[in-house]
Amino acid sequence: MSERIYQGMAGIGDLVEGEALVAFDNFSARYDLDRIKGTFSRPDHKLFGESYVGKILILNIAKGGVATAWMLREMVDRDMGPKALILNAANPIMAQGAAFANLPLIDRFDVDITSVIKSGERVAVDPAKASLKVL
Amino acid sequence: MKLSDHEQAMLAGAEGPARQYALEQIQRVGTFFGAQDCVEVSQVHLMADPESLGEAGVVFLESLSDLPKEQNRVRVPTVTDPRGVDFEAYKRLKQTDQMAELERRAIAAFEALGVMMTDTCINYQTILPPVKGEHLAFGDTGSSIYANSVFGARTNFEGGPSALAAALSGRTPRYGFHLDEHRRGTKLFEATCRPKGLSDWGAMGAIIGKAMESYWEVPVITGIDGAPTSDEIKQFGAALASFGSTPLFHMVGVTPEAPDLKSVFDSSPPKVVEIRENDVAALVKSYTPDDDMLHVVAFAAPQLSLVEMRTLSDLLEGRKLHEKVALLAATSPEIKSACDRMGITAHIEDAGGIVLSGVCFYQMYAREIGEANGWKRLMSNSAKLVNILGGYGYEPMLASMEQCVESAVQGRITGAGI
Repeated sequence: MSERIYQGMAGIGDLVEGEALVAFDNFSARYDLDRIKGTFSRPDHKLFGESYVGKILILNIAKGGVATAWMLREMVDRDMGPKALILNAANPIMAQGAAFANLPLIDRFDVDITSVIKSGERVAVDPAKASLKVL
Repeated sequence: MKLSDHEQAMLAGAEGPARQYALEQIQRVGTFFGAQDCVEVSQVHLMADPESLGEAGVVFLESLSDLPKEQNRVRVPTVTDPRGVDFEAYKRLKQTDQMAELERRAIAAFEALGVMMTDTCINYQTILPPVKGEHLAFGDTGSSIYANSVFGARTNFEGGPSALAAALSGRTPRYGFHLDEHRRGTKLFEATCRPKGLSDWGAMGAIIGKAMESYWEVPVITGIDGAPTSDEIKQFGAALASFGSTPLFHMVGVTPEAPDLKSVFDSSPPKVVEIRENDVAALVKSYTPDDDMLHVVAFAAPQLSLVEMRTLSDLLEGRKLHEKVALLAATSPEIKSACDRMGITAHIEDAGGIVLSGVCFYQMYAREIGEANGWKRLMSNSAKLVNILGGYGYEPMLASMEQCVESAVQGRITGAGI
């Protein structure tokens, strides 16, 4: 089987590897998460009840407000954050939060990234190359 | 990114670690979005409630506040978004002393940087309204979309770390809504009805927001005959920005960059999506619960203007709230002061309500105060608030201010056909 490498437009942060948690749904730390428990808490979110801690979180687009820009670092500081954030389309808040938290982020892939990676697959995130590789 | 000599010096640390942080943050974000250079900003609006900051954020702020003054003072006027603790009310709301202490530390750090603690998300109504073409770093989705759309000013969503970087350096990366090409319309909607009240204006904003497919979308709305009021377009924009996470709309014939359709579309406009009265009603109904249980009514998100506070006061005239239902109204310190002076605060509190100053419901540890007070079923006339609180463990319901007040008096949801 050929290598599965997906190319994004831009990245922030350092190279990491981990287990993917994937859904075609959107992301806001304030709107969607119980950050104390480390789970998705918005009842109509496709990952409702799932733990995102230590996962490579792969979702569609950034939604919601501005709080995520602070919250990512707060989550990472408590070891309760995702390991990386992969989006079809980030917004400034995700980029600002990733930069502040030094949390790896890549967006704008040449495919719908949520449709080609399955939850549970191990992936390598290389923000410098803006690429995502299935291991 | 191309940086000026001054910006290069700040990045190299020549003006201390605070301004070095600012340029590092600017460069990382600007590079991610392909910014060519920086743009100077004239105002900063900074969101940094203690729930979002957490201990990590406050420790970071304190590391800046400990620096010498010449290294850490903000370089452009910088005001704050609502905070998380109203020290006059936090014990009544069963917030903890730990929350209050984190808040005190954050405020002390900001004051050391020269930040003006306005604690409001309606700064465009109450502090310093922006001007068309003015470049800003606004850090609340509601204030950003109002500044871009209603005033024709220019800002991206600047979350706290980047708003702070703009404050410390006086600039932000030039990308997104600072540029003409990102301010063109991408989707077209026609309102076939005029929303009847603030909650319906929010519902219409929510419908459009839900249709947004990324931050870069710019909805254009036709069919609004005659200008909305400041509070109506505030609710509309706040809901649109909350549901859509987009910072600009054009309302043809109303907002300054959209005198007509051809001004906002480069070629033929896209297919129009109609928004009918029953679409608005369906959005509202989607939040209607199966039973009439009610715990709390919250008026916030955005904070209430003086006019909204007066309306609430009038609705409560001669009424007493049911003992089992809490009613909270959040406004800015400036408006709270005016309400105190005009007897509006006393009127609301005599009826059993609580007027909150400098905070907003969803920014004040909503999950924790909900659990501490046994609040689950919540009514509000803010579509934005209703959108946010589902993830905080509430069962939120959208209704008019009149219906919210009547329900709070009766002690159960009324007028919703339940």
